[in-house]
Amino acid sequence: MSALHGRVHRYGDNVNTDVIIPARYLTTSDVAELAAHCMEDLDAEFVKRVRPGDMIVAGENFGCGSSREHAPLAIKGAGVGCVIAARFARIFFRNAINVGLPALVCPEAAAKIQSGDELVIDLGSGRIENRTQGESYQAEPFPKFLQQIIAAGGLVPYTRRRLATR
Amino acid sequence: MGSTITEKILAAHSGEEQVRPGQFVMARLDLMLGNDITAPIAIQEFRKLGAGKLADAARVVLVADHGTPNKDIEAAEQCRVMREFSREHGVEHFFDVGRGGIEHALLPEEGLVAPGECILGADSHTCTYGAVGAFATGVGSTDLAAAMATGDCWLRVPESIKVIYRGALKPWVGGKDLILYTIGRLGVAGALYQALEFCGETIAALPMAGRFTMCNMAIEAGAKNGIMAPDAITDAFMHSVTSRAYQTMTSDADAEYARVVEIDCSKIDLQVSVPHLPENARPVGEVGEVRIDQSVIGSCTNGRIEDLRMAAEVLKGREVHPEVRLIVIPATPRIHLQAIREGLAEIFLEAGGALSTPTCGPCLGLHTGVLAKGERAVSTTNRNFVGRMGHPESEVYLAGPAVAAASAVLGRIAGPEELP
Ligand code: SF4
Repeated sequence: MSALHGRVHRYGDNVNTDVIIPARYLTTSDVAELAAHCMEDLDAEFVKRVRPGDMIVAGENFGCGSSREHAPLAIKGAGVGCVIAARFARIFFRNAINVGLPALVCPEAAAKIQSGDELVIDLGSGRIENRTQGESYQAEPFPKFLQQIIAAGGLVPYTRRRLATR
Repeated sequence: MGSTITEKILAAHSGEEQVRPGQFVMARLDLMLGNDITAPIAIQEFRKLGAGKLADAARVVLVADHGTPNKDIEAAEQCRVMREFSREHGVEHFFDVGRGGIEHALLPEEGLVAPGECILGADSHTCTYGAVGAFATGVGSTDLAAAMATGDCWLRVPESIKVIYRGALKPWVGGKDLILYTIGRLGVAGALYQALEFCGETIAALPMAGRFTMCNMAIEAGAKNGIMAPDAITDAFMHSVTSRAYQTMTSDADAEYARVVEIDCSKIDLQVSVPHLPENARPVGEVGEVRIDQSVIGSCTNGRIEDLRMAAEVLKGREVHPEVRLIVIPATPRIHLQAIREGLAEIFLEAGGALSTPTCGPCLGLHTGVLAKGERAVSTTNRNFVGRMGHPESEVYLAGPAVAAASAVLGRIAGPEELP
Protein backbone atom coordinates (compact mmCIF):
# COMPACT_ATOMS: atom_id res chain seq x y z
CA MET A 1 0.00 0.00 0.00
CA SER A 2 1.22 3.44 -0.88
CA ALA A 3 2.26 6.31 1.37
CA LEU A 4 -0.05 9.28 1.78
CA HIS A 5 1.19 12.82 2.16
CA GLY A 6 -0.89 15.82 3.14
CA ARG A 7 -1.99 18.47 5.59
CA VAL A 8 -4.39 18.09 8.48
CA HIS A 9 -7.86 19.46 9.07
CA ARG A 10 -8.49 18.88 12.76
CA TYR A 11 -11.94 18.41 14.32
CA GLY A 12 -13.25 17.40 17.76
CA ASP A 13 -15.34 14.56 19.17
CA ASN A 14 -18.62 13.15 17.85
CA VAL A 15 -18.42 14.63 14.36
CA ASN A 16 -21.71 13.29 13.00
CA THR A 17 -22.90 12.40 9.53
CA ASP A 18 -25.43 15.24 9.57
CA VAL A 19 -22.61 17.78 9.52
CA ILE A 20 -20.33 15.72 7.25
CA ILE A 21 -23.06 15.75 4.62
CA PRO A 22 -26.39 17.39 5.56
CA ALA A 23 -29.57 15.49 4.64
CA ARG A 24 -30.62 18.24 2.22
CA TYR A 25 -27.96 16.90 -0.17
CA LEU A 26 -28.93 13.24 0.14
CA THR A 27 -31.16 13.26 -2.88
CA THR A 28 -28.06 12.76 -4.99
CA SER A 29 -25.45 10.04 -5.03
CA ASP A 30 -23.20 12.04 -7.37
CA VAL A 31 -19.82 12.10 -5.62
CA ALA A 32 -18.71 15.49 -7.00
CA GLU A 33 -21.98 17.05 -5.85
CA LEU A 34 -21.64 15.47 -2.38
CA ALA A 35 -18.00 16.57 -2.14
CA ALA A 36 -18.97 20.18 -2.84
CA HIS A 37 -20.91 20.20 0.47
CA CYS A 38 -18.57 18.09 2.57
CA MET A 39 -18.41 19.24 6.25
CA GLU A 40 -20.63 22.20 5.32
CA ASP A 41 -22.55 22.51 8.59
CA LEU A 42 -19.44 22.18 10.75
CA ASP A 43 -16.85 24.08 8.73
CA ALA A 44 -18.20 25.97 5.75
CA GLU A 45 -14.64 26.85 4.61
CA PHE A 46 -13.46 23.22 4.48
CA VAL A 47 -14.19 22.65 0.80
CA LYS A 48 -12.32 25.83 -0.10
CA ARG A 49 -9.25 24.91 1.96
CA VAL A 50 -8.96 21.20 1.28
CA ARG A 51 -6.26 20.03 -1.13
CA PRO A 52 -5.98 16.58 -2.70
CA GLY A 53 -4.28 14.20 -0.28
CA ASP A 54 -5.16 16.19 2.85
CA MET A 55 -6.21 14.34 5.98
CA ILE A 56 -8.98 14.70 8.52
CA VAL A 57 -7.99 14.05 12.13
CA ALA A 58 -10.68 13.88 14.82
CA GLY A 59 -11.39 12.66 18.32
CA GLU A 60 -13.92 10.18 19.64
CA ASN A 61 -16.78 8.59 17.71
CA PHE A 62 -16.10 10.13 14.28
CA GLY A 63 -18.99 9.63 11.85
CA CYS A 64 -21.69 8.93 14.41
CA GLY A 65 -25.32 9.18 13.39
CA SER A 66 -26.94 7.95 10.23
CA SER A 67 -25.85 5.09 8.01
CA ARG A 68 -25.50 7.34 4.95
CA GLU A 69 -22.62 6.17 2.82
CA HIS A 70 -22.74 9.65 1.33
CA ALA A 71 -20.56 10.71 4.29
CA PRO A 72 -17.36 8.77 3.45
CA LEU A 73 -18.13 9.30 -0.25
CA ALA A 74 -18.24 13.08 0.26
CA ILE A 75 -14.96 13.03 2.21
CA LYS A 76 -13.26 10.84 -0.36
CA GLY A 77 -14.69 12.93 -3.16
CA ALA A 78 -13.30 16.10 -1.58
CA GLY A 79 -9.84 14.62 -2.08
CA VAL A 80 -9.17 13.56 1.51
CA GLY A 81 -6.65 10.72 1.53
CA CYS A 82 -7.26 9.38 5.01
CA VAL A 83 -9.25 9.94 8.21
CA ILE A 84 -7.57 9.37 11.57
CA ALA A 85 -9.65 9.28 14.76
CA ALA A 86 -9.41 8.14 18.35
CA ARG A 87 -12.42 5.94 17.56
CA PHE A 88 -14.93 5.72 14.74
CA ALA A 89 -18.68 5.14 14.91
CA ARG A 90 -19.08 1.59 13.62
CA ILE A 91 -21.30 2.17 10.57
CA PHE A 92 -19.05 4.98 9.34
CA PHE A 93 -16.00 2.74 9.77
CA ARG A 94 -17.59 -0.08 7.77
CA ASN A 95 -18.69 2.33 5.08
CA ALA A 96 -15.23 3.90 4.84
CA ILE A 97 -13.58 0.49 4.40
CA ASN A 98 -16.23 -0.54 1.89
CA VAL A 99 -15.81 2.53 -0.31
CA GLY A 100 -12.02 2.59 -0.03
CA LEU A 101 -11.50 5.58 2.28
CA PRO A 102 -8.65 4.68 4.66
CA ALA A 103 -9.80 5.07 8.30
CA LEU A 104 -7.09 4.76 10.92
CA VAL A 105 -7.74 4.32 14.65
CA CYS A 106 -5.04 6.06 16.70
CA PRO A 107 -5.93 7.81 19.98
CA GLU A 108 -2.37 9.15 20.35
CA ALA A 109 -2.37 10.76 16.92
CA ALA A 110 -5.87 12.11 17.53
CA ALA A 111 -4.68 13.78 20.74
CA LYS A 112 -1.45 15.29 19.43
CA ILE A 113 -1.97 16.25 15.80
CA GLN A 114 -2.89 19.89 15.17
CA SER A 115 -4.60 21.57 12.25
CA GLY A 116 -2.15 22.31 9.46
CA ASP A 117 0.35 19.61 10.50
CA GLU A 118 2.01 17.82 7.60
CA LEU A 119 1.67 14.03 7.77
CA VAL A 120 3.15 11.12 5.90
CA ILE A 121 1.21 7.89 6.41
CA ASP A 122 2.24 4.39 5.47
CA LEU A 123 -1.07 2.57 5.18
CA GLY A 124 0.53 -0.86 5.10
CA SER A 125 2.13 -0.52 8.50
CA GLY A 126 -0.23 2.09 9.96
CA ARG A 127 2.70 4.35 10.76
CA ILE A 128 1.83 8.05 10.95
CA GLU A 129 4.73 10.49 10.67
CA ASN A 130 4.10 14.06 11.76
CA ARG A 131 6.67 16.16 9.87
CA THR A 132 5.56 19.39 11.51
CA GLN A 133 5.95 18.21 15.09
CA GLY A 134 8.72 15.69 14.40
CA GLU A 135 6.80 12.82 15.98
CA SER A 136 5.35 9.56 14.82
CA TYR A 137 2.46 7.40 15.96
CA GLN A 138 1.31 3.86 15.35
CA ALA A 139 -2.28 3.25 14.29
CA GLU A 140 -4.10 0.06 15.31
CA PRO A 141 -3.62 -2.67 12.75
CA PHE A 142 -6.74 -3.76 10.86
CA PRO A 143 -8.14 -7.13 12.01
CA LYS A 144 -7.13 -9.97 9.64
CA PHE A 145 -10.64 -10.28 8.32
CA LEU A 146 -10.74 -6.64 7.28
CA GLN A 147 -7.30 -6.86 5.71
CA GLN A 148 -8.74 -9.38 3.25
CA ILE A 149 -11.46 -6.91 2.22
CA ILE A 150 -8.96 -4.06 1.95
CA ALA A 151 -6.52 -6.24 -0.02
CA ALA A 152 -9.32 -7.18 -2.41
CA GLY A 153 -9.89 -3.45 -3.05
CA GLY A 154 -13.09 -3.00 -1.08
CA LEU A 155 -16.29 -4.91 -0.41
CA VAL A 156 -17.52 -4.96 -4.01
CA PRO A 157 -14.48 -6.78 -5.47
CA TYR A 158 -14.30 -8.97 -2.34
CA THR A 159 -17.93 -10.01 -2.77
CA ARG A 160 -17.56 -10.45 -6.50
CA ARG A 161 -14.84 -12.98 -5.76
CA ARG A 162 -17.01 -14.76 -3.19
CA LEU A 163 -19.86 -14.99 -5.67
CA ALA A 164 -17.53 -16.40 -8.33
CA THR A 165 -16.44 -19.26 -6.09
CA ARG A 166 -20.01 -20.35 -5.33
CA MET B 1 -19.76 -20.37 30.07
CA GLY B 2 -23.10 -19.18 28.76
CA SER B 3 -23.96 -16.81 25.94
CA THR B 4 -25.91 -13.59 25.62
CA ILE B 5 -28.98 -13.43 23.40
CA THR B 6 -26.94 -11.49 20.83
CA GLU B 7 -24.21 -14.15 20.78
CA LYS B 8 -26.78 -16.93 20.47
CA ILE B 9 -28.51 -15.36 17.49
CA LEU B 10 -25.21 -14.71 15.72
CA ALA B 11 -24.02 -18.26 16.42
CA ALA B 12 -27.26 -19.74 15.10
CA HIS B 13 -26.94 -17.70 11.91
CA SER B 14 -23.32 -18.55 11.20
CA GLY B 15 -23.39 -22.29 11.82
CA GLU B 16 -21.32 -22.05 14.99
CA GLU B 17 -21.95 -23.85 18.26
CA GLN B 18 -21.01 -20.74 20.21
CA VAL B 19 -19.45 -17.38 19.34
CA ARG B 20 -17.43 -14.98 21.47
CA PRO B 21 -17.09 -11.18 21.39
CA GLY B 22 -14.44 -10.06 18.92
CA GLN B 23 -14.97 -13.05 16.65
CA PHE B 24 -15.78 -12.34 12.98
CA VAL B 25 -18.66 -14.33 11.54
CA MET B 26 -20.43 -14.56 8.20
CA ALA B 27 -24.04 -14.41 9.31
CA ARG B 28 -27.02 -15.59 7.26
CA LEU B 29 -29.59 -12.81 7.13
CA ASP B 30 -33.32 -13.25 7.59
CA LEU B 31 -34.10 -9.78 6.28
CA MET B 32 -32.31 -6.98 4.42
CA LEU B 33 -33.68 -3.45 4.38
CA GLY B 34 -33.06 -0.30 2.37
CA ASN B 35 -34.83 3.04 1.95
CA ASP B 36 -35.04 5.80 -0.66
CA ILE B 37 -31.81 7.39 0.62
CA THR B 38 -29.65 4.28 0.97
CA ALA B 39 -31.14 1.88 -1.59
CA PRO B 40 -30.26 3.85 -4.75
CA ILE B 41 -26.54 3.58 -3.93
CA ALA B 42 -26.99 -0.05 -2.88
CA ILE B 43 -28.68 -0.80 -6.20
CA GLN B 44 -25.85 0.90 -8.09
CA GLU B 45 -23.26 -1.17 -6.16
CA PHE B 46 -25.37 -4.33 -6.55
CA ARG B 47 -25.16 -3.93 -10.30
CA LYS B 48 -21.37 -3.65 -10.08
CA LEU B 49 -21.27 -7.02 -8.31
CA GLY B 50 -22.55 -8.71 -11.46
CA ALA B 51 -24.63 -11.11 -9.38
CA GLY B 52 -27.54 -10.80 -11.79
CA LYS B 53 -30.13 -11.72 -9.20
CA LEU B 54 -30.92 -11.31 -5.54
CA ALA B 55 -29.93 -14.08 -3.17
CA ASP B 56 -33.58 -14.18 -2.07
CA ALA B 57 -36.07 -11.52 -3.14
CA ALA B 58 -38.44 -12.52 -0.33
CA ARG B 59 -35.89 -11.42 2.25
CA VAL B 60 -35.38 -7.95 0.76
CA VAL B 61 -37.50 -5.02 1.96
CA LEU B 62 -37.40 -1.59 0.34
CA VAL B 63 -39.29 1.35 1.82
CA ALA B 64 -39.89 4.79 0.32
CA ASP B 65 -40.13 6.86 3.49
CA HIS B 66 -37.50 9.59 3.72
CA GLY B 67 -38.17 12.03 0.89
CA THR B 68 -41.76 10.92 0.35
CA PRO B 69 -44.36 11.78 -0.81
CA ASN B 70 -41.72 12.86 -3.32
CA LYS B 71 -40.49 16.20 -2.05
CA ASP B 72 -38.81 17.20 -5.31
CA ILE B 73 -37.63 15.79 -8.62
CA GLU B 74 -34.46 14.28 -7.18
CA ALA B 75 -36.42 12.48 -4.46
CA ALA B 76 -38.86 11.26 -7.09
CA GLU B 77 -35.96 9.85 -9.12
CA GLN B 78 -34.59 8.01 -6.09
CA CYS B 79 -37.95 6.37 -5.45
CA ARG B 80 -38.21 5.47 -9.13
CA VAL B 81 -34.87 3.65 -8.95
CA MET B 82 -36.19 1.57 -6.04
CA ARG B 83 -39.56 0.95 -7.65
CA GLU B 84 -38.05 -0.21 -10.94
CA PHE B 85 -35.48 -2.38 -9.20
CA SER B 86 -38.24 -3.99 -7.14
CA ARG B 87 -40.23 -4.83 -10.27
CA GLU B 88 -37.17 -6.10 -12.11
CA HIS B 89 -36.10 -8.37 -9.25
CA GLY B 90 -39.47 -9.40 -7.88
CA VAL B 91 -39.13 -7.61 -4.54
CA GLU B 92 -42.63 -8.02 -3.15
CA HIS B 93 -41.82 -6.12 0.03
CA PHE B 94 -41.43 -2.78 -1.70
CA PHE B 95 -43.52 -0.28 0.21
CA ASP B 96 -44.56 2.81 -1.68
CA VAL B 97 -46.44 5.92 -0.54
CA GLY B 98 -49.79 5.05 1.01
CA ARG B 99 -48.80 1.44 1.62
CA GLY B 100 -45.74 1.91 3.75
CA GLY B 101 -44.72 4.63 6.11
CA ILE B 102 -41.62 4.84 8.25
CA GLU B 103 -39.66 1.62 7.89
CA HIS B 104 -38.95 0.87 11.55
CA ALA B 105 -42.59 1.24 12.55
CA LEU B 106 -43.73 -0.56 9.41
CA LEU B 107 -41.66 -3.76 9.46
CA PRO B 108 -42.83 -4.93 12.91
CA GLU B 109 -46.41 -4.01 11.98
CA GLU B 110 -46.12 -6.18 8.85
CA GLY B 111 -44.80 -9.11 10.88
CA LEU B 112 -41.53 -8.99 8.94
CA VAL B 113 -39.27 -9.11 12.01
CA ALA B 114 -39.44 -11.84 14.63
CA PRO B 115 -37.59 -13.08 17.72
CA GLY B 116 -34.30 -14.86 17.12
CA GLU B 117 -33.84 -13.40 13.63
CA CYS B 118 -30.79 -11.70 12.17
CA ILE B 119 -31.65 -8.49 10.36
CA LEU B 120 -29.49 -6.07 8.42
CA GLY B 121 -30.65 -2.65 7.31
CA ALA B 122 -29.06 0.20 5.41
CA ASP B 123 -30.37 2.57 8.03
CA SER B 124 -28.83 3.26 11.41
CA HIS B 125 -32.09 2.80 13.33
CA THR B 126 -32.45 -0.80 12.15
CA CYS B 127 -31.55 -1.61 15.76
CA THR B 128 -35.24 -0.93 16.54
CA TYR B 129 -36.11 -4.60 15.90
CA GLY B 130 -34.12 -5.71 18.91
CA ALA B 131 -37.37 -4.95 20.75
CA VAL B 132 -38.81 -8.26 19.54
CA GLY B 133 -35.66 -10.14 20.53
CA ALA B 134 -33.98 -10.10 17.13
CA PHE B 135 -30.39 -9.16 16.32
CA ALA B 136 -30.75 -6.12 14.07
CA THR B 137 -28.08 -3.67 13.05
CA GLY B 138 -27.52 -0.81 10.65
CA VAL B 139 -24.98 -0.69 7.83
CA GLY B 140 -24.35 1.41 4.74
CA SER B 141 -25.40 0.95 1.14
CA THR B 142 -22.46 -1.14 -0.08
CA ASP B 143 -22.96 -3.63 2.76
CA LEU B 144 -26.61 -3.88 1.76
CA ALA B 145 -25.63 -4.41 -1.88
CA ALA B 146 -23.32 -7.29 -0.97
CA ALA B 147 -25.94 -8.77 1.38
CA MET B 148 -28.63 -8.64 -1.30
CA ALA B 149 -26.32 -10.63 -3.59
CA THR B 150 -25.07 -13.20 -1.06
CA GLY B 151 -27.80 -13.34 1.59
CA ASP B 152 -25.22 -12.96 4.33
CA CYS B 153 -22.94 -10.36 5.87
CA TRP B 154 -19.73 -10.26 7.88
CA LEU B 155 -20.16 -9.12 11.46
CA ARG B 156 -17.91 -8.81 14.44
CA VAL B 157 -19.59 -10.35 17.49
CA PRO B 158 -20.10 -7.47 19.93
CA GLU B 159 -19.52 -7.48 23.65
CA SER B 160 -22.73 -6.82 25.56
CA ILE B 161 -23.66 -4.22 28.14
CA LYS B 162 -26.52 -5.24 30.41
CA VAL B 163 -28.76 -2.41 31.52
CA ILE B 164 -31.13 -3.40 34.30
CA TYR B 165 -34.18 -1.20 34.94
CA ARG B 166 -35.98 -1.47 38.26
CA GLY B 167 -38.90 0.33 39.83
CA ALA B 168 -42.21 1.75 38.69
CA LEU B 169 -42.43 4.64 36.24
CA LYS B 170 -43.72 8.07 37.26
CA PRO B 171 -46.84 9.44 35.51
CA TRP B 172 -46.30 10.24 31.78
CA VAL B 173 -42.80 8.70 31.84
CA GLY B 174 -42.25 6.12 29.09
CA GLY B 175 -39.72 4.37 26.90
CA LYS B 176 -38.41 7.64 25.46
CA ASP B 177 -37.56 9.00 28.88
CA LEU B 178 -35.84 5.76 29.86
CA ILE B 179 -33.68 5.70 26.77
CA LEU B 180 -32.80 9.43 26.88
CA TYR B 181 -31.83 8.99 30.52
CA THR B 182 -29.77 5.90 29.64
CA ILE B 183 -27.94 7.70 26.81
CA GLY B 184 -27.30 10.53 29.25
CA ARG B 185 -25.67 8.05 31.60
CA LEU B 186 -23.67 6.16 28.97
CA GLY B 187 -22.80 9.00 26.58
CA VAL B 188 -23.12 8.99 22.78
CA ALA B 189 -20.10 6.70 22.44
CA GLY B 190 -20.73 4.79 25.68
CA ALA B 191 -21.75 1.57 23.94
CA LEU B 192 -19.65 1.92 20.78
CA TYR B 193 -19.42 -1.41 18.89
CA GLN B 194 -21.32 -3.12 21.75
CA ALA B 195 -24.75 -4.67 22.22
CA LEU B 196 -27.09 -2.95 24.65
CA GLU B 197 -29.22 -5.53 26.39
CA PHE B 198 -32.15 -3.93 28.20
CA CYS B 199 -33.74 -5.97 30.98
CA GLY B 200 -35.25 -5.85 34.46
CA GLU B 201 -38.73 -5.63 35.93
CA THR B 202 -39.47 -2.22 34.38
CA ILE B 203 -38.78 -3.55 30.88
CA ALA B 204 -40.83 -6.66 31.61
CA ALA B 205 -43.79 -4.36 32.30
CA LEU B 206 -43.13 -2.02 29.37
CA PRO B 207 -45.54 -2.26 26.40
CA MET B 208 -44.09 -3.01 22.92
CA ALA B 209 -44.29 0.63 21.80
CA GLY B 210 -41.93 1.70 24.59
CA ARG B 211 -39.63 -1.21 23.83
CA PHE B 212 -39.37 -0.20 20.18
CA THR B 213 -38.60 3.38 21.22
CA MET B 214 -35.79 2.21 23.49
CA CYS B 215 -34.11 -0.19 21.06
CA ASN B 216 -34.53 2.41 18.30
CA MET B 217 -32.16 4.77 20.10
CA ALA B 218 -29.49 2.20 21.06
CA ILE B 219 -27.46 3.61 18.14
CA GLU B 220 -27.49 7.02 19.86
CA ALA B 221 -25.21 5.48 22.49
CA GLY B 222 -23.04 4.12 19.66
CA ALA B 223 -24.35 0.57 20.07
CA LYS B 224 -24.31 -2.03 17.32
CA ASN B 225 -27.69 -3.33 18.45
CA GLY B 226 -30.20 -2.92 21.24
CA ILE B 227 -32.00 -6.04 22.35
CA MET B 228 -34.62 -7.32 24.78
CA ALA B 229 -35.52 -10.87 25.72
CA PRO B 230 -38.81 -11.93 24.14
CA ASP B 231 -41.59 -12.60 26.66
CA ALA B 232 -45.37 -12.90 26.83
CA ILE B 233 -45.78 -9.27 25.69
CA THR B 234 -43.58 -9.99 22.65
CA ASP B 235 -45.53 -13.16 21.85
CA ALA B 236 -48.87 -11.36 22.11
CA PHE B 237 -47.54 -8.68 19.73
CA MET B 238 -46.17 -11.25 17.27
CA HIS B 239 -49.43 -13.19 17.23
CA SER B 240 -51.29 -9.98 16.46
CA VAL B 241 -49.19 -9.35 13.34
CA THR B 242 -48.20 -12.75 11.94
CA SER B 243 -48.90 -16.44 12.20
CA ARG B 244 -45.41 -17.55 11.20
CA ALA B 245 -43.19 -19.51 13.57
CA TYR B 246 -40.06 -18.10 15.19
CA GLN B 247 -37.40 -19.28 17.56
CA THR B 248 -37.12 -17.42 20.83
CA MET B 249 -33.69 -16.97 22.37
CA THR B 250 -32.66 -15.48 25.71
CA SER B 251 -29.39 -14.85 27.52
CA ASP B 252 -27.97 -17.53 29.79
CA ALA B 253 -27.70 -16.73 33.49
CA ASP B 254 -23.91 -17.13 33.28
CA ALA B 255 -23.45 -15.06 30.11
CA GLU B 256 -20.59 -12.60 30.23
CA TYR B 257 -21.06 -8.83 30.04
CA ALA B 258 -18.56 -6.05 29.46
CA ARG B 259 -20.50 -3.96 31.93
CA VAL B 260 -23.67 -4.01 34.01
CA VAL B 261 -25.56 -0.77 34.59
CA GLU B 262 -28.45 -0.54 37.04
CA ILE B 263 -31.10 2.13 36.78
CA ASP B 264 -33.73 3.02 39.37
CA CYS B 265 -36.67 4.11 37.23
CA SER B 266 -38.75 5.38 40.14
CA LYS B 267 -36.43 8.41 40.22
CA ILE B 268 -36.60 9.22 36.49
CA ASP B 269 -38.58 12.32 35.52
CA LEU B 270 -39.74 13.23 32.02
CA GLN B 271 -36.51 13.75 30.05
CA VAL B 272 -35.36 16.31 27.49
CA SER B 273 -32.07 16.14 25.56
CA VAL B 274 -30.88 19.65 24.85
CA PRO B 275 -28.83 20.61 21.75
CA HIS B 276 -26.67 19.27 20.18
CA LEU B 277 -26.23 15.70 21.39
CA PRO B 278 -28.74 13.04 22.51
CA GLU B 279 -26.58 12.51 25.62
CA ASN B 280 -27.50 15.97 26.95
CA ALA B 281 -30.48 14.54 28.80
CA ARG B 282 -31.99 16.19 31.86
CA PRO B 283 -35.33 16.31 33.70
CA VAL B 284 -37.78 18.61 31.90
CA GLY B 285 -37.89 20.79 35.02
CA GLU B 286 -34.18 21.57 34.68
CA VAL B 287 -34.25 22.77 31.10
CA GLY B 288 -35.17 26.31 32.07
CA GLU B 289 -37.27 28.80 30.10
CA VAL B 290 -36.88 27.69 26.47
CA ARG B 291 -39.36 29.15 23.99
CA ILE B 292 -40.10 27.02 20.93
CA ASP B 293 -41.23 27.66 17.35
CA GLN B 294 -42.21 24.12 16.46
CA SER B 295 -43.18 20.81 18.02
CA VAL B 296 -42.89 17.59 16.05
CA ILE B 297 -44.60 14.38 17.15
CA GLY B 298 -43.71 11.42 14.97
CA SER B 299 -40.76 9.42 13.54
CA CYS B 300 -39.64 5.81 13.93
CA THR B 301 -38.98 6.62 17.59
CA ASN B 302 -42.36 7.98 18.67
CA GLY B 303 -44.84 7.88 15.79
CA ARG B 304 -46.82 4.84 17.01
CA ILE B 305 -50.46 4.88 18.02
CA GLU B 306 -49.53 4.77 21.72
CA ASP B 307 -47.45 7.94 21.24
CA LEU B 308 -50.27 9.70 19.43
CA ARG B 309 -52.69 8.68 22.18
CA MET B 310 -50.41 10.17 24.80
CA ALA B 311 -50.09 13.41 22.83
CA ALA B 312 -53.86 13.57 22.29
CA GLU B 313 -54.49 13.08 25.99
CA VAL B 314 -52.43 16.22 26.62
CA LEU B 315 -53.91 18.20 23.73
CA LYS B 316 -57.57 17.34 24.21
CA GLY B 317 -59.61 20.49 24.70
CA ARG B 318 -56.51 22.66 24.55
CA GLU B 319 -55.01 24.91 21.92
CA VAL B 320 -51.55 25.04 20.46
CA HIS B 321 -49.73 28.24 21.47
CA PRO B 322 -50.17 30.96 18.81
CA GLU B 323 -46.43 31.16 18.17
CA VAL B 324 -45.94 27.41 17.81
CA ARG B 325 -46.42 25.11 14.82
CA LEU B 326 -47.42 21.62 15.89
CA ILE B 327 -46.75 18.89 13.32
CA VAL B 328 -48.08 15.39 14.03
CA ILE B 329 -46.93 12.56 11.77
CA PRO B 330 -48.30 9.06 12.26
CA ALA B 331 -45.52 6.63 11.35
CA THR B 332 -47.56 4.39 9.06
CA PRO B 333 -50.87 4.55 7.15
CA ARG B 334 -52.32 1.96 9.54
CA ILE B 335 -51.49 4.19 12.51
CA HIS B 336 -52.86 7.18 10.60
CA LEU B 337 -56.17 5.40 10.02
CA GLN B 338 -56.31 4.25 13.62
CA ALA B 339 -55.72 7.85 14.77
CA ILE B 340 -58.67 8.96 12.66
CA ARG B 341 -60.91 6.14 13.93
CA GLU B 342 -60.08 6.86 17.56
CA GLY B 343 -60.77 10.55 17.16
CA LEU B 344 -57.15 11.53 17.75
CA ALA B 345 -56.90 13.25 14.37
CA GLU B 346 -59.76 15.49 15.38
CA ILE B 347 -58.05 16.41 18.64
CA PHE B 348 -54.82 17.39 16.84
CA LEU B 349 -56.61 19.43 14.20
CA GLU B 350 -58.96 21.14 16.65
CA ALA B 351 -55.97 22.10 18.78
CA GLY B 352 -54.48 23.88 15.77
CA GLY B 353 -51.93 21.22 14.85
CA ALA B 354 -51.01 20.03 11.36
CA LEU B 355 -51.50 16.32 10.68
CA SER B 356 -49.25 14.92 7.98
CA THR B 357 -49.23 11.73 5.99
CA PRO B 358 -46.55 9.24 7.17
CA THR B 359 -42.99 10.29 6.31
CA CYS B 360 -39.55 10.79 7.89
CA GLY B 361 -39.73 14.38 6.59
CA PRO B 362 -38.65 16.79 9.34
CA CYS B 363 -36.79 14.20 11.42
CA LEU B 364 -33.79 14.56 9.15
CA GLY B 365 -34.54 18.10 8.00
CA LEU B 366 -35.67 17.01 4.56
CA HIS B 367 -39.21 18.41 4.27
CA THR B 368 -42.62 18.79 6.03
CA GLY B 369 -41.33 21.03 8.79
CA VAL B 370 -37.74 22.17 8.16
CA LEU B 371 -36.43 24.76 10.64
CA ALA B 372 -35.30 28.27 9.67
CA LYS B 373 -32.20 29.98 11.01
CA GLY B 374 -32.38 30.45 14.77
CA GLU B 375 -35.57 28.45 15.16
CA ARG B 376 -36.07 26.00 17.97
CA ALA B 377 -38.07 22.79 18.03
CA VAL B 378 -39.04 20.18 20.55
CA SER B 379 -39.27 16.85 18.80
CA THR B 380 -40.04 13.22 19.56
CA THR B 381 -37.39 12.16 17.03
CA ASN B 382 -34.01 10.72 17.93
CA ARG B 383 -31.23 13.13 16.92
CA ASN B 384 -30.53 16.73 17.83
CA PHE B 385 -27.23 17.17 16.00
CA VAL B 386 -26.31 20.55 14.51
CA GLY B 387 -28.55 21.14 11.48
CA ARG B 388 -30.45 17.86 11.87
CA MET B 389 -33.86 19.43 11.29
CA GLY B 390 -32.87 22.32 9.10
CA HIS B 391 -30.64 25.39 9.27
CA PRO B 392 -27.28 24.79 11.00
CA GLU B 393 -28.24 27.53 13.47
CA SER B 394 -31.55 25.93 14.43
CA GLU B 395 -31.95 23.85 17.58
CA VAL B 396 -33.65 20.56 18.42
CA TYR B 397 -34.73 19.44 21.89
CA LEU B 398 -35.55 15.73 22.08
CA ALA B 399 -38.41 14.52 24.27
CA GLY B 400 -41.30 12.09 24.46
CA PRO B 401 -44.83 12.81 23.18
CA ALA B 402 -46.17 14.13 26.50
CA VAL B 403 -43.51 16.86 26.69
CA ALA B 404 -43.77 17.65 22.96
CA ALA B 405 -47.55 18.11 23.28
CA ALA B 406 -47.43 20.12 26.51
CA SER B 407 -44.68 22.34 25.10
CA ALA B 408 -46.76 22.98 21.98
CA VAL B 409 -49.56 24.34 24.20
CA LEU B 410 -47.36 26.37 26.51
CA GLY B 411 -45.00 27.73 23.85
CA ARG B 412 -41.99 26.67 25.89
CA ILE B 413 -40.45 23.38 26.89
CA ALA B 414 -42.53 21.92 29.71
CA GLY B 415 -44.14 18.77 30.99
CA PRO B 416 -47.91 18.16 31.14
CA GLU B 417 -48.04 18.84 34.90
CA GLU B 418 -47.50 22.52 34.13
CA LEU B 419 -50.65 22.81 32.07
CA PRO B 420 -53.46 24.78 33.67
S1 SF4 C 1 -37.89 8.79 11.16
FE1 SF4 C 1 -35.90 9.78 11.26
S2 SF4 C 1 -34.56 8.38 12.31
FE2 SF4 C 1 -36.40 7.24 11.72
S3 SF4 C 1 -35.87 6.26 9.77
FE3 SF4 C 1 -36.82 8.22 9.32
S4 SF4 C 1 -35.13 9.70 9.16
FE4 SF4 C 1 -34.35 7.88 10.17
